Amino acid sequence: MVNKSTRIQKLKGGLPTEALAKVESGDGSRIHVLAVDDNSVDRKFIEKLLKISCYKVTTVDSASRALEILGLIEGTPPLAPNAFKINLIITDYCMPGMTGYDLLKTVKECSSLKEIPVVIMSSENVPNRIKTCLAEGAEEFLLKPVQIADVKRLEGHVRDRKP
Amino acid sequence: MDVAKLQRQHVDLTHALFKEGFLDDQFTQLQQLQDSTNPDFVAEVVALFFEDTDRLLSELTRALEQDPVDYKKVDAYVHQFKGSSSSIGAHRVKVVCITFRTCCDEGNRQGCWQALQQVKHEFILIKSRLEVLLQLEQQILAAGGEIPFME
Repeated sequence: MVNKSTRIQKLKGGLPTEALAKVESGDGSRIHVLAVDDNSVDRKFIEKLLKISCYKVTTVDSASRALEILGLIEGTPPLAPNAFKINLIITDYCMPGMTGYDLLKTVKECSSLKEIPVVIMSSENVPNRIKTCLAEGAEEFLLKPVQIADVKRLEGHVRDRKP
Repeated sequence: MDVAKLQRQHVDLTHALFKEGFLDDQFTQLQQLQDSTNPDFVAEVVALFFEDTDRLLSELTRALEQDPVDYKKVDAYVHQFKGSSSSIGAHRVKVVCITFRTCCDEGNRQGCWQALQQVKHEFILIKSRLEVLLQLEQQILAAGGEIPFME
């Protein structure tokens, strides 16, 4: 478990069991995507796009929940880093509290997780924002509403990683 | 009821909704994602949009009643609203949200109030039309027909 106590705080209460139960598990042959978005409509939409593209999908509504799933924040029960074998993270940029950029940074600064490709989504086309995210290690920056073709292309980022 | 008649009504209504700018291409994207494994997908997304909007409109009203107004907070709510209306293809709602955000940037209280009334109005319009459309879809399916797709 990475200990960056200055940045990561323990969440009160830990990850609720219903949330854990929703994390997809299985054969491991499909690419497992963690989708992060605080907007419920967008979350449902991205989940559908991912499922239709044959990915295994876990959706969460905040960056902090994402860090719990990834095992970077101590929850109840505590999880090993990437216990759910997430192959790719796709996250909204603008979220209250911890932004998608903060999540990207945290993942990239963690030795056990930095290889996980991270894709950022945003409804706003802000060149500086895009540049900063790519510089921080994001694979791609998608403009919302995300298209099915964008989602189908995501597996390319995962394949690139395999030795 | 005659399936063909229902389907024609569906085509006409959909066509009108696009022509009048209530819906845009994004709604077609949603419809194309619906399949036999998830036949209520569009209805579910629309229901989420209605729920989300009701909540956001209450928050916006409350936020604009404060003195002084926290425009950052108002803008954050409008941003959410613009996002979900954009994802669902609710074009006219999205357009008003853009104006609303400009008023927030300018700290224009009067403008914000007007935009809020406008967006409430547009929401009522799209909501009633979507409800009719989805009801038609239910009737078509119940009568054993298929929902016609817009090209």
